[in-house]
Amino acid sequence: MNTPVAIEVRGVRKTFRVKGGLFGADRHVVAVDDISFAVPQGGVLGVVGESGCGKSTLARLILGLLAPSAGEITVEGQRVLAMDRKARARLIQPVFQDPFASLNPLARIRDIVAMPLIAQGTFGRAEIGRKVEEMLERVGLSREQGTRLPSELSGGQRQRVAIARALVLRPRIVVCDEPTSALDVSVQAQILNLLAELRKDLGLTYLFISHNLAVVEHVASDVAVMYLGRFVERQPTEALFAHPEHPYTKALLASVLTPEPGLGVPDVGLGDILPDPANIPPGCRFHPRCPIAEPRCAVETPPFKPRPGGGVECLLVP
Amino acid sequence: MSALLEIEGLQVEFGRQSPTAAVRGASFVVESGETHCLVGESGCGKSVTALSIMNLLARGARRRADKLAFKGGDLRGLSDAAMSRLRGNEMAMIFQEPMTSLNPAYTVGSQMTEVLRRHKHVNQRAATDRAADLLARVGITAPGLRLGQFPHQLSGGLRQRVMIAMALMCEPQLLIADEPTTALDVTVQAQILRLLATLQRDLGLGLLLITHDLGIVARIATRVSVMYAGEVVESAATADLFAAPKHPYTQGLLRCVPVPGKIQRDQPLGSIPGTVPRIGPGFEGCAFRDRCDFADATCAHTVPLHNAGPTHNFLCRLPA
Repeated sequence: MNTPVAIEVRGVRKTFRVKGGLFGADRHVVAVDDISFAVPQGGVLGVVGESGCGKSTLARLILGLLAPSAGEITVEGQRVLAMDRKARARLIQPVFQDPFASLNPLARIRDIVAMPLIAQGTFGRAEIGRKVEEMLERVGLSREQGTRLPSELSGGQRQRVAIARALVLRPRIVVCDEPTSALDVSVQAQILNLLAELRKDLGLTYLFISHNLAVVEHVASDVAVMYLGRFVERQPTEALFAHPEHPYTKALLASVLTPEPGLGVPDVGLGDILPDPANIPPGCRFHPRCPIAEPRCAVETPPFKPRPGGGVECLLVP
Repeated sequence: MSALLEIEGLQVEFGRQSPTAAVRGASFVVESGETHCLVGESGCGKSVTALSIMNLLARGARRRADKLAFKGGDLRGLSDAAMSRLRGNEMAMIFQEPMTSLNPAYTVGSQMTEVLRRHKHVNQRAATDRAADLLARVGITAPGLRLGQFPHQLSGGLRQRVMIAMALMCEPQLLIADEPTTALDVTVQAQILRLLATLQRDLGLGLLLITHDLGIVARIATRVSVMYAGEVVESAATADLFAAPKHPYTQGLLRCVPVPGKIQRDQPLGSIPGTVPRIGPGFEGCAFRDRCDFADATCAHTVPLHNAGPTHNFLCRLPA
C-alpha cells in the first residue's frame, strides 16, 4: 500500500546572511522556512512560485549543493549530506533552466554527456561510448549531433543534451529547475513530453520547479505553491487545478494567459509590491499582496489546514 | 485609423558564402492605435523584421523591400542621421532582456533623460521631471528614488517598466516591443502586458509586439501576423485567427499553449516536432513542409495565398 519515499524533507530551513555594506547592518534572508514534505517513488512534485520565493534554494538543498541551516533531507533513505559526491551523482541529478549557460561551450555534445560517467571512474571507454549513444538516442538526438558543439544546437536540442547528461548515470531522482522557461512554447511542449515519457519508462521521481502553474500541470502528480520560503498550498494536481484554495494559488492561475481572445489581460490583483525574502511580513506573509486580506491576516500566523494529500495555509479558508 | 507603418515584400539576408534568408518577402501594416502581434518560434525572423524596421541590423545584413514606409515617408533611402532622428523619437523599441539593454554603469535617470535631451534639446531639469512623471505613469512608486538608482538595483519587472518609460520619453507614435515579458514571472508578465495595453490605448500608439506565445497574442492583439521561416504565413484580425486558424503552423502553435484545467494528463501535450529550418535565398515551396502533418509532394513547389475572409490570408496549398 505505502509507496516507498524517494525524497523526504523534514523541518528544513535555509537562511543566508547578506552583507549590509560598509555601514548597514547584515540582513538575514530566509529562503526556505521550515518546510516538510515527502515525494513517493515515481511521483512528481511540482513546486511553483515567483522569483525569490526560495524554490531554487530548495532544489539546491535537495541536490546536496547547499547545507540546510536546520532540518534534514533524505533521498532514497540516505541523508543527502552524508553521501559522497559520486554516490549522490548516481542517485540524484539536476536539469537547470538555461541550456546556454549549463553546457560547456567548448566541449562536444557526446563528451558533455559522457562527463558524469568519466567522473565516476569505474566505466571503461567502450561502455561509456555505448551508454552515451543510447542516452542521446533516448532523448531524441542523432549520433551526428553528438559530434557538434552546444552553439550549433537550438535551445530545445541543448535542453535535450542537459537531460541526457542528467540521466546517463541512471539516477533515481531528477531535480528540474525551470527546465523550459528559456524555451519557445512549441519547444517547451516537446521537452515536457520527453520528461513525462522518460519518467514513465525509467521509473524516475521528479522535483519539478516552475514559475508557471500551467507548465507543471502536465508533469506533476502533486503541486506545491511556494511563497517567501513556505508551501502555502499543496494538493494533488487534479484537486489543485479544480479547486485552488489559497488566494496566491488563484492569482498564479489567473496570470496564466490562455489563448482566449476578448478576455484582455487580467488584473491578478497582487498589486505592485514585490515579495522581499529579507523582510518577511508578520502574520500571513502574503497579506500585503493578498486581494482578500483582513486586518487579522497582518497579525495571526495562518495555521496549516490539512486536505486530502496536502493542505493550505490561509486564515480565510475554512 | 491610418497606416503608421507599411511593410511590403521585406527581405533580409545575412552572410556571403552560404547566405541565410532571414526574412523572405514579409508584408504587414501597423495602424496607429492598434496592437499588431508578430508571432512565431525562435529563428523565424520576427526580431530581424523589427530590427530592419529600425535599421539596426548587424553590418553585412542586406535589407530589401518593395515598400517600407513610416507615416507615409519612405524609410529605405534615409541617411543614418535622418534615421537617428526618428529612432527613440518617433519610433521606439523595447527589448526582451532589460538587464542587457540598460547600461549598467549609468543611473536610470541619466539613461532616461539622455534621449529627451538629444532629440528635443530639453534641459536636464525638465527632462528629469518628465522621466519622473513617466516612471509614475508605468506604475513605479518613489520615482525620485529610482532615478538615482542603477539597473542592478531593480528587479526584472521594474527594469522592464523603466525600459517602457524610457521608450515613451519622446512620445513616439510607433512602439516596437520584442518579447518584452519573456524573461519575467507570469504574475509580472500580466502586469507589464496590462500596462502596455493601457498605454497603447491612452496614447493612441501603434504597438508592434513580438512574441512566441499565442496566449499573449489572444489577450492583447488587434491583428496578428504569424511568421514562419521569414514569411508571414497567416494574417488575420485576432478574433478571426483564434476562431478559425487556417495554416497548419498556426494550428500547431495553438496546440502548444498549456491551458490550465484542460490538459489531458495521460496524453502528450500538443507540440510541433523539429525546429525552424535555416533557409538560403531562392528556396522553393513551403518552408513548413518538413514539420507539417498535411504536407505532400506539391508543397515542394506551390505555396498559394488563400483568402479566408476580407482581412484573413494564409500561405498554404490546403484550401480552408
